[in-house]
Amino acid sequence: MKIVVCIKQVPDTKGGVKFNPDGTLDRGAMLAIMNPDDKAGLEAALRLKDEYGAEVTVVTMGLPKAEEVLREAMAMGADNGILVTDRVLGGADTWATSTTIAGALRNLEYDLIITGRQAIDGDTAQVGPQISEHLDIPVISYAQNIKVEGDSVIVERQYEDRYHVVKAKMPCLITALSELNEPRYMTPGGIFDAYQKEITVWGRADLKDVDDSNLGLKGSPTKIAKASDKVRKGAGEKVVLDPDESVSYIVDKLKVKHVI
Amino acid sequence: MNLEEYKGVYVFAQQVDNEISSIAFELLGKAKDLAKDLNTDVTAVLLGSGVKDLADKLAEYGADKVIVVDDPELKVYRTEPYAHALASVINQYKPEIVLVGATAIGRDLGPRVSARVATGLTADCTVLEIGDFPLQAIPGQEQKHNQLLMTRPAFGGNTIATIACPDNRPQMATVRAGVMQKIEPIKGAKAVVEEYNPGFTPNNKYVEILDVVKAVTDTVDIMDAKILVSGGRGVGSPENFKILEDLAEVLGGTVSCSRAVVDSGWKPKDLQVGQTGKTVRPNVYFAIGISGAIQHVAGMEESDIIIAINKDADAPIFDVADYGIVGDLNKIVPKLTESLKAEIAAK
Amino acid sequence: MDFTLSKEHEMARTLFKEFAEKEAKPLAQEIDENHRFPRETVDKMAKLGFLGIPVPKEYGGQGCDPLTYTMCVEELSKVCGTTGVIVSAHTSLCCDPIQTYGTEEQKQKYLIPLAKGEKLGAFGLTEPGAGTDAQGQQTKAVLDGEEWVLNGSKCFITNGKEADVYVIFAITGTIEKRGRTTKEISAFIVEKGTPGFSFGTKENKMGICGSSTYELIFTDCRIPKDNLLGQKGKGFNIAMHTLDGGRIGIAAQALGLAEGALETTINYVKERKQFGRSIGAFQNTQFQLADMATKVQAAQMLVYKAAMKKAEYAKNPKISYSVEAAMAKLYAAEVAMEVTTKAVQLHGGYGYIREYDVERMMRDAKITEIYEGTSEVQRMVISGSLLK
Repeated sequence: MKIVVCIKQVPDTKGGVKFNPDGTLDRGAMLAIMNPDDKAGLEAALRLKDEYGAEVTVVTMGLPKAEEVLREAMAMGADNGILVTDRVLGGADTWATSTTIAGALRNLEYDLIITGRQAIDGDTAQVGPQISEHLDIPVISYAQNIKVEGDSVIVERQYEDRYHVVKAKMPCLITALSELNEPRYMTPGGIFDAYQKEITVWGRADLKDVDDSNLGLKGSPTKIAKASDKVRKGAGEKVVLDPDESVSYIVDKLKVKHVI
Repeated sequence: MNLEEYKGVYVFAQQVDNEISSIAFELLGKAKDLAKDLNTDVTAVLLGSGVKDLADKLAEYGADKVIVVDDPELKVYRTEPYAHALASVINQYKPEIVLVGATAIGRDLGPRVSARVATGLTADCTVLEIGDFPLQAIPGQEQKHNQLLMTRPAFGGNTIATIACPDNRPQMATVRAGVMQKIEPIKGAKAVVEEYNPGFTPNNKYVEILDVVKAVTDTVDIMDAKILVSGGRGVGSPENFKILEDLAEVLGGTVSCSRAVVDSGWKPKDLQVGQTGKTVRPNVYFAIGISGAIQHVAGMEESDIIIAINKDADAPIFDVADYGIVGDLNKIVPKLTESLKAEIAAK
Repeated sequence: MDFTLSKEHEMARTLFKEFAEKEAKPLAQEIDENHRFPRETVDKMAKLGFLGIPVPKEYGGQGCDPLTYTMCVEELSKVCGTTGVIVSAHTSLCCDPIQTYGTEEQKQKYLIPLAKGEKLGAFGLTEPGAGTDAQGQQTKAVLDGEEWVLNGSKCFITNGKEADVYVIFAITGTIEKRGRTTKEISAFIVEKGTPGFSFGTKENKMGICGSSTYELIFTDCRIPKDNLLGQKGKGFNIAMHTLDGGRIGIAAQALGLAEGALETTINYVKERKQFGRSIGAFQNTQFQLADMATKVQAAQMLVYKAAMKKAEYAKNPKISYSVEAAMAKLYAAEVAMEVTTKAVQLHGGYGYIREYDVERMMRDAKITEIYEGTSEVQRMVISGSLLK
């Protein structure tokens, strides 16, 4: 079985957020990690590898620095890494990102493609399903459990108040939730081995069946009109009172506001 | 693409088990505002099997027209037949705007459809309005009017971005549940109902549903609650949530919680408020023993009244609270419950 | 000369840090309080290969360099001194001598399961009457047919009751040299469960309370002849050489404790308010932190340098890293004691309370000035090399 896992290097949102003057993200200025949902997707792939035997290839699109997450994935147990990087790909929205990644994936053989549900920087959850559309294969989003049976996958697909047990013929794309599993750690030896391996680097010319008009900032239908730090409602009153006074204070406020 | 051809504001009217989801009504409420600004009307797209009867309900919540795709293939949600149905409706009717709920269905359907009809999609919007793009005229660049401006938080609520889709149609957005206001239903309202069936031919993308397992829950959806009594790690233990439940009971409210509480296994995920949980906007939100991490605040800051009780005077929750009490929740909450009981009994 | 860590080392640090934060830190206070050996953490580390970092892959290890191993002990000790010393004693004091002096059969039998973490290792040199003075040994080993018979006891043994494989030193005869009689010492590998091998008292310690420190007792304990480690009579050299490596591990532990205390204190002084300002706004705090950080940085340089010298030794056994290891341990241990003490002081009253991590760190730090050669012994080693 051949599994391709799409991963993304994202800024750790705990570390604060910075923008370029054009409103796009200044990724270089922030601490970078492997997106948590993607890591769960990778773990799912590695478990399938442990159980059924599989070749796991990780693909990322990003700046050359994104090589780090490929190394990390290989230190966890992925077999190959492919970095898709090119200046013309910068500033892509989810449409242009998914056409790019689909263009890269067309060069590969795969039974299963796994992506994270969403990245913590954009929170869109769009790229996975969009890739599946470009590749004309089924998608199962929000996977909370994955099994392989013959030429099919059986996946528990999560909804708000239920889950569906879904069976799909491979090749197929699955988007993974971070709740899916607890990703394994790298191993120290795995790290050093990962840096001995070759990483395949692909640019624009290596993307298959993709029109220029669908790439990068120019190929993005959505445009940022404005981006800013969130402006919050100001603080109200803050009081330090003994418990009885606190109670009267709250009761008074609820009365004034006609809650009681 | 002739952008002028695309007219009307369309809403994907999500239904599950032939019951319209609340998000559909919320989207209709917003669509009505947008349609007014654009001088057009609101169309609901209803996909399912045996769902035609639901059209009237959509009319009551503001749909001028309902397009129904009724087919056995649409009985239970599956990506492919639904994507095929919605994409076919878009190609057939050419709407200017398509709104989809940012639900577990919508966040799967929206991207698949947008890719199929080759347009942009903005995820998880919290504000939608009609305006110009660019916002301010830039010399040498055409400023387009009557664009859908879609505002959404990103980076775990640290930032907000306003996004437009000026050169492609339709303009598509998924919209976060609980953010848009539904209108007061107009009893007896009728919409123009149009049936449309693009035909369904199963192919490799049709998956098989082996089982549907519903989570058993007897609790009120926290997104519908008028009063939420929300607890954080500061509550100390799952047992101690009892004092919050007592308070909620007196006020006719519901208990919710922060992510830390869910992570600790004290409460189930469906009670979680915040970026990775639910966005709530009750009349009153009690934040008890919740420090107020940004991801939590993102899910509750739109509440009408926020009352915070926390022993740490520097807790960030006080930055968004209307009324903040620095003190020990274990001493205050039970007394508050007793006091409110007395107040309500006296009425 | 390059002071930049390679990407591999940076990533390894990320791994150790993440593991330490997620797995070791949540237990640190509890195992200290209950004097409990963190078996669950050891099992997790075993799975990840943390118990065989510098051991070659053909012997079940990770095949990494001494620096990677050093960083592992450092990061673990930042959050939990106990966890740091478990790895250090196992790797430096048990895996390392078997790897260096063991026969191929011994490596197959003992090093592989040790490096994979299936077995835990310990080292028994110290005796009630022989700490710094190795010649004070009393434990004897006598060859009886195909077996060595051990009698005596060892004390203050790290990983004492939790280990499976022990490197034990015992007297195997006397040497007459220039009219003086000295004891001939040899090294042995002893397995837990060998008849005649039992455990004495568990030590009730000031710090590193989760580590299992026991007395080992040998009463007519018979081990196979083949369990002699290295040549007969070379035990003293084996012990001294093993301790050179062990000192790098302990230096890393001390470094980690100092770094952990410094980080904790930096966070604390930003939050803690007195007289209406955070105490970090006071110049005294700032200057204290500056001194602490500078010394921590200097200690790190010495520790890493010693680790890199040990890597050179692996390629060329003629190179000695004894002095570098002694300097690293001496300095890092004293910095650990100084920095943790200052950390407690900057925490004020809270620093003296068990709930606060710096209290434990200060207790944990003290032992680094004592075990695997006291600071005084390190000074002897260093000055000895200067004056020879």
